[in-house]
Amino acid sequence: MTLSTREIRKRAFVKPSEDPLWLKALLGAVAIGFIAILLLLPLVLVFKEAFAQGLEGFWRAVADDDTLASVWLSLTAAAIAVPLNTLFGIAAAWCVAKFDFPGKAFLVTLIDLPFSVSPVVSGLVYVLVFGMQGWLGKSLADHDIRILFALPGIVLATIFVTFPFVARELIPLMQDQGRDEEEAAATLGASGLGTFLRVTLPNIKWGLLYSVLLCNARALGEFGAVAVVSGHIRGVTNTMPLHVELLYNNYDYVGAFAVSALLAMLAVLTLALKSLLEWRYADELAAIHRRH
Amino acid sequence: MLNVDSVSKKFGRFPALNGASFVAPQGGFISLLGPSGSGKTTLLRILGGLEFADSGHVRFADLNWLDMPARTRNAGFVFQQYALFRHMTVAQNIAFGLKVRPRASRPSASEIQRRVKDLLDLVQLPGLEKRYPSQLSGGQRQRVALARALAIEPRMLLLDEPFGALDAKVRKELRADLRRIHDHAGVTTVFVTHDQEEAFAVADLVAVMKEGRIEQYGAPADVKRNPKTPFVSEFLSV
Repeated sequence: MTLSTREIRKRAFVKPSEDPLWLKALLGAVAIGFIAILLLLPLVLVFKEAFAQGLEGFWRAVADDDTLASVWLSLTAAAIAVPLNTLFGIAAAWCVAKFDFPGKAFLVTLIDLPFSVSPVVSGLVYVLVFGMQGWLGKSLADHDIRILFALPGIVLATIFVTFPFVARELIPLMQDQGRDEEEAAATLGASGLGTFLRVTLPNIKWGLLYSVLLCNARALGEFGAVAVVSGHIRGVTNTMPLHVELLYNNYDYVGAFAVSALLAMLAVLTLALKSLLEWRYADELAAIHRRH
Repeated sequence: MLNVDSVSKKFGRFPALNGASFVAPQGGFISLLGPSGSGKTTLLRILGGLEFADSGHVRFADLNWLDMPARTRNAGFVFQQYALFRHMTVAQNIAFGLKVRPRASRPSASEIQRRVKDLLDLVQLPGLEKRYPSQLSGGQRQRVALARALAIEPRMLLLDEPFGALDAKVRKELRADLRRIHDHAGVTTVFVTHDQEEAFAVADLVAVMKEGRIEQYGAPADVKRNPKTPFVSEFLSV
């Protein structure tokens, strides 16, 4: 086969890592189509259904007392569960990444447990522990402490399900960053807390922020585990996702999709917040992530 | 005086240090020289308070050195991989050891700024205060790390293969600078390396290590002229 000089030159200038245009276009179209059908379309439909009876219908559904109670309950549960899991996640990641001790691999497996167990099962476990027929049920009832079918149970279930988010994000990050900087800080006279606040925290803050946002999104959206422990008391122990189910099963489609739209908006808000912070602190991010 | 007396350390069942001892004068420049796995870095980290000895004693400047936690030893440590605080500028890195001091002994902001400037002049990086570590070359980073360790006016300066990641030309420059800075500050310096040329060129005293022990210890010229064991003569002939 003979090639003209022009052809040879043209071929020589194709980078080995570069694919032909048609392949790039095809892969791009597949990816975009996939995202559009599976992610964007449902989101659009949620909002379309929510506003099926216009803005007024949406407002009527949202301003309903039971709906507002469910929003309040979801926000309260997340406001307790997320900070607790943030603290736990930082402590666990610090412990796993910066120290060696026997049983470390087992601890990491335990942290992962909530991801591998079905949320319904974890909810049932709480019923077994705190329920009237459970281990602690009798003594709790004697002291008039309500865990199941009340806020404490919902918070516990939410904590269990969102347990791994922060730790899982931070452990590889902190392992990757190593102990050098902490050791350097110690030789320079910094205390343990000082080292954490001045050296460790600034290095993990982006991963931390990201994982807290994810943890929050999951806490607000949790269905399975909470469904088991909540008792579905309308206006009292129904979180937003549970309330969506209840409205939907009662053929109140506008109401169900209006609450869904609220949930979706919270999720979009979370992502927007993350993007905003990334954009605002782009320089600093680049400085941290650039390899030494 | 620095008196290291039969220091031992095991990692699990692997003995990293096996009764290492040496004595060095205050303000001396000691090289710990040996192949990898000879325990030189472990000994250095024990001196810095980053590892704990299983047994043995170290006395330094009339202090029970090993009983003190790393943060109170005031021993500047320079790491092979620099270990600069990546989210801080050069100036913030150097000022770190001064800023974390308790309020009573902390210099004023203007004093810290002046010290940072002096130290940058000393390590020959004037004007780089505002750069981040990621914007510096390897040699520049190690100079910053040295300035950071010197900022605390250390009682002891510990360097763990500080030039290991750098190319030959930069190594030679930094080596000469390190010696000049040592002579200027008069701080007792322990320098770990596996490069014998480097050890002999820079130190007053060389400790050749093998399997967690000090095989031979003395002035560079003596060690070179009279290797005491086959291991030392073989190690030096490579």
